[in-house]
Amino acid sequence: MTAFLQSTFNGLVSGAFYALLALGLAVIFGMLRVVNFAHGAFYMLGAFGAYVLLAEAGVPFWLALVVVPLALALLGMALERAFIHRLTRLDPLYNFLLTFGLTLILQDLVKLRYGVQSSPYEAPAGLRGSVDLGLFDFPTYRVFILGFAVAVCVGVWWALARTRVGMVARAATERPELTRALGINVGRWITPVFGFGTALAGLAGVLAAPMRAVNPLMGADLIIVVFAVVVIGGLGSIFGSVAAGFGIGMAQAWAEAYLSAFPIVAQTIVFIVMAAVLFWRPAGLFGRAEAPA
Amino acid sequence: MLRIENLSAWYGEAQVLRDADLHVDPGEVVTLVGRNGAGKSTLLRCVMGLHPGWRGTIKLGGTALGNLSADRRARLGLGWVPDDRGSYATLTVTENLTLPPTVGPDPWSLERVYEAFPALHQRRKSAATTLSGGEQQMLALARVLRMGARMLLCDEPTEGLAPLLVQQVGDLLREAKRHGVTVLLVEQNLRFATSVADRHYLLAEGRVTAAMENSEVRSRERELLSYLGI
Ligand SMILES: Nc1ncnc2c1ncn2[C@@H]1O[C@H](COP(=O)(O)OP(=O)(O)OP(=O)(O)O)[C@@H](O)[C@H]1O
Ligand SMILES: [Mg+2]
Repeated sequence: MTAFLQSTFNGLVSGAFYALLALGLAVIFGMLRVVNFAHGAFYMLGAFGAYVLLAEAGVPFWLALVVVPLALALLGMALERAFIHRLTRLDPLYNFLLTFGLTLILQDLVKLRYGVQSSPYEAPAGLRGSVDLGLFDFPTYRVFILGFAVAVCVGVWWALARTRVGMVARAATERPELTRALGINVGRWITPVFGFGTALAGLAGVLAAPMRAVNPLMGADLIIVVFAVVVIGGLGSIFGSVAAGFGIGMAQAWAEAYLSAFPIVAQTIVFIVMAAVLFWRPAGLFGRAEAPA
Repeated sequence: MLRIENLSAWYGEAQVLRDADLHVDPGEVVTLVGRNGAGKSTLLRCVMGLHPGWRGTIKLGGTALGNLSADRRARLGLGWVPDDRGSYATLTVTENLTLPPTVGPDPWSLERVYEAFPALHQRRKSAATTLSGGEQQMLALARVLRMGARMLLCDEPTEGLAPLLVQQVGDLLREAKRHGVTVLLVEQNLRFATSVADRHYLLAEGRVTAAMENSEVRSRERELLSYLGI
C-alpha cells in the first residue's frame, strides 16, 4: 500500500509538470490555433533563467519564480508579434515549422553559452529535506511542486470560468468569427494569451530547476510527452489537458513501479494511451469536434 | 440606415453575389427571400465583415464600412443573428447574453430579457447548446437586443420552429421595430415575412431581381412559393 501511494505521489509530481505545460499549450492552441512547438524550449529557458539568475546575480528561487515567468511572457509576446501572428492566416504547418525552428535556435544559443552538461540548482533552504506524510516521508520540494501546480491550475480554471476575460477567451476559443461579429476585438487578446502560455512554461521550468537536470535539451524530450497529453485531453480543452497531465504522470509511475521488468511500457504508455484515445474518441477525452466558425 | 450597392462576392472562383443592390431605411423591417444557395447568408456575412472575397459598397447610416473589422461593425450597432443561431457550448445562457458589449442607446437589460423569456431564465446557468432549437433562437435574438444593436441582420430566425415560436419571433421583431430598430431579415416563410416586414427583396442568381410590397407578395404568393421551391 505504501509503495502504491508513493508511486502515485511521484506520478502526480511529474504529472504536475505535464499539466502546467499542457495547460499553456492548450490556452495558446485554443485562442491562436497554433501548436506551439517551442513550448519545450520556453520551459528549458525557464529553468536556465532560474539557474543563471542564481549563479550570476544571486537571485533566489522565490524571486526567480516571479521574475522568470514574467520575462518569458515578454519574450513570448515579442515572438508572437514579430513572427507568429504573421503566419496565423496561413496553413498551421507554417507556424509548426516556425516554432520548431525557434526551438532549435533557442536550444543552440543556450548550448553555445552553457554547454550540454547539466547545471546544478539547489532547492531553496525552506524546501529541502522531507516531510512526514503519515505513511511515508516525502521530499518537501516535491510536495511543494504538487501543491503549487494544483494551485496554478485551479487559479487558471477559476479565471477562465469566473472572470469576464475568461469568458471572452472561452468564446473566442470556441467560435472566433462569431465572437468578433458580436463586437469583441479578439485580436487584442491574442498576444497576451500567447505570453500567458509561455509564462506558464517558464514557471514549470523554474519549478523543475531544483529537481531535474538543467540542460539545453531538457525541454525537447518532455514536450513530446506533453503533446501526447494535450491530444489525449482534447486539443484546446483546458480541463482535459490538466486532467490528462496528472493522469499520464500517474500511469507512468504505476507502470514503472509494477511493470519494472518491462521498462518499455513506462516509456511508451503515453503513446499507447494516446493511440487508444484517438481510436475511441478522435477529439480527445474532453475535446469537442471543431464547431463552425 | 443600410445601403448596399454593387455587392459582389466569391467563394474562391465561384461568384455568389453579382452586383446586388438593396437598402433598408431607418426603422424598416425588410426581408430578403431567395432559393437555397441564392447567397442570402453570404450577403449578411458581407455586411458583417466576415466574408473575405467581396467587392462593392456597404454603407451603414451613411458611412461606408469599407474594410472595417467585424467587431468594429458590431460596435457601430450591427447585430447578427446567424443561421445556426450562434450558441456557445462553453458559455452559459447568461454568459451568451452578456458576452457582447452594449453598443446602442437603448439596450435591453438582462432582467428585461429574462422577463420576456422565462424559459431562458430557468435555464440561465446551463450551457446554451443544451437549449431547444426554439430557445436558442430566442437567445440569439435576445442577445442582439441586449447589445442594443440598431440594425439587426437576422438569418432565417423561424427556420424549423413550431408555429407558436414563429409567432414569438414575430412579436419580438415587431417590438424591436416599435423601438426604432431596423431589421434586414432573411426569410423563406412568406406568410411570416408579410406579417412582420414592410418590404421584400428577391435574390436570384446573386442579383436582387425584385423589390416588392406586402400586397404584391401576397398576390404573387403561389408563384413565389413555387419559385422558391417550397
Ligand atoms: N464556405 C463555402 N465555400 C464554398 N461555397 C460556399 C460556402 N458557403 C456557401 N457556399 C456556396 O455559396 C452559395 C451561397 O450560399 P449561401 O449560404 O449564402 O446561400 P443562402 O441563400 O443563405 O442559402 P440557404 O437558404 O441554404 O441558407 C451556395 O451555392 C453555397 O453552396
Ligand atoms: Mg443561408
